[in-house]
Amino acid sequence: MSVVFERPKSLLDVTFHYCPGCTHGIVHRLVAEVMDEMGIEGDTVGVCPVGCSVMAYDYFGCDMIEAPHGRAPAVATGVKRTNPDKFVFTYQGDGDLAAIGTAETVHVATRGENIVVIFINNTIYGMTGGQMAPTTLPGQVTQTTPFGRDPQLAGYPVRVCEMLSTLTGTAYAHRVAVDSVPHIRDAKKAIRKAFETQKAKKGFSIIEVLSTCPTNWGLTPTEALKRLQDEMIPYYPLGVYKDTTSEEGEK
Amino acid sequence: MKGAVKALERNLMKGNEALAEAAIRAGCKCFFGYPITPQTELAAYMAKRMNKAGGVFLQAESEIAAINMVLGAASTGVRAMTSSSSPGLSLKSEGISYIAGSDVPAVIINVQRGGPGLGGIQPSQADYWQATKALGHGDFHLLVFAPASVQEMVDMVVRAFDKADEYRMPAMILADGLLGQMMEPVSFPEIKANSVDKSSWAADGHKGKRAHHIINSLYLKPDELEKSVADRFARYDVIKSKETDAELYLTEDCDILLCAFGATARVVKSAVNEARAQGIKAGLFRPKTLWPFPVKEINEAAKSAKKLLSVEMSMGQMIDDIKLAINCSKPVEFYGRTGGVIPTPAEVLAEIKKVGGAE
Repeated sequence: MSVVFERPKSLLDVTFHYCPGCTHGIVHRLVAEVMDEMGIEGDTVGVCPVGCSVMAYDYFGCDMIEAPHGRAPAVATGVKRTNPDKFVFTYQGDGDLAAIGTAETVHVATRGENIVVIFINNTIYGMTGGQMAPTTLPGQVTQTTPFGRDPQLAGYPVRVCEMLSTLTGTAYAHRVAVDSVPHIRDAKKAIRKAFETQKAKKGFSIIEVLSTCPTNWGLTPTEALKRLQDEMIPYYPLGVYKDTTSEEGEK
Repeated sequence: MKGAVKALERNLMKGNEALAEAAIRAGCKCFFGYPITPQTELAAYMAKRMNKAGGVFLQAESEIAAINMVLGAASTGVRAMTSSSSPGLSLKSEGISYIAGSDVPAVIINVQRGGPGLGGIQPSQADYWQATKALGHGDFHLLVFAPASVQEMVDMVVRAFDKADEYRMPAMILADGLLGQMMEPVSFPEIKANSVDKSSWAADGHKGKRAHHIINSLYLKPDELEKSVADRFARYDVIKSKETDAELYLTEDCDILLCAFGATARVVKSAVNEARAQGIKAGLFRPKTLWPFPVKEINEAAKSAKKLLSVEMSMGQMIDDIKLAINCSKPVEFYGRTGGVIPTPAEVLAEIKKVGGAE
């Protein structure tokens, strides 16, 4: 009998703390599969955010650094600039990347820092119990928007890939989702391409992954996937927002 | 010739620039900074020299980003430094707490200016409390060195890198705008930076040869967090017993012991000399390490003194540590100027006479 499916080597054999139905596990697996396929786990340094995925340092097999809230891109910059031969990625949620860490996010992209950012957009703060995120949709009920997000009071959601694709330093910006098998396959390809972009020294990549938070959305895992499809994808269209990787020469 | 200036030669340099040159010679491989007066020459010097010296200079988007770049670089085992002035240190304090909590060595420069708030841009020592007591949230300390000359800016930054590595903790040079901006002759001794093996903890890629390393300050279980803090404090006890340093000047027979650090100590030394010329037995205690505070040294210096007088460019901050160090066994008076005003030797001499050094 042959083994047809197993845990990627770059994902350690430990129990995740994530809630049932949360899609962090899928994205962790995709990143680990890419590290395995490229054979780079031993040459990779990952940077965790503050938020639900703070303890990803226990799950990935590569060396890991845990950054202050929002500062993962700055920490990653320090790693990459002094270790240009290493692969460096950050793994950040929407509050971390698009609220408290907006300055770090914009500047890591505009510098064309040769790293990969994996951005989990689930339109809510998970770890603190479901408050409004910068990506919370208009009308979405959260702990701090109990009557639904009113843009007149709380502003509008940030579309990160669209924003970062305006910056010259961004080489590759791609929004994917993990709600279905075809989308998960596309997400895997995008993450692989981002790491290949780093390998080719072509500059900054961001992969935005539309994800779920059944616990704080108050939905079952299946209902949560349906919400992602019905409400999130229309507001955050999937696709490649910028790709200069086929252009000649190193950036 | 190793760098832009020759070793062992006497050079006339600004404190900020001499410090930068010494850091590069001490094996600092990266500098991350953000412009702020009165430390900007330090960053400008790094911008000119660091890349040629085989290191990394990067101007960050903020003080916050700069200290976190230091955290990232230092986590991989590289000697890393940032510099700023008072308001910038407030912004860096979150990152410094993480650096301390993650047991990562790093060097931080504060060329102090007046505060609070935006304050002013003239010299001050009003960040003493911040540096020694509360540079960020949580139970932790930094090594804090207080130079009083351009030469000491050089010597202490080398020591700061060595000690930061030795104890896996952040170290600070607490200078001020006067030391940063003034020019003095300085020589660069052949710097032999300690080479510390960081392979047991550095997160620089495991190459498939070891388990993964995690640089982290999160411990969700209270007993685990308590143990990690207690382990750090056990190291602090060793540091307190081994790493204090102070200058004792004319203290053997002094009736009044003046206490001052950094640029203020130079002014005070002039006042002590003048007092001695007038028959007043004055002495000077100058701590070179502010944390750990030289407790043994000040008690030695204060043996014959009837009174102590702390002189600071603040409203009185180090005076707290002096009182604690001598267990309030003698009266400790205070004289200070703040907001960027530098006390004069005449003012200090008048204060010596006023508080009773004349008998």
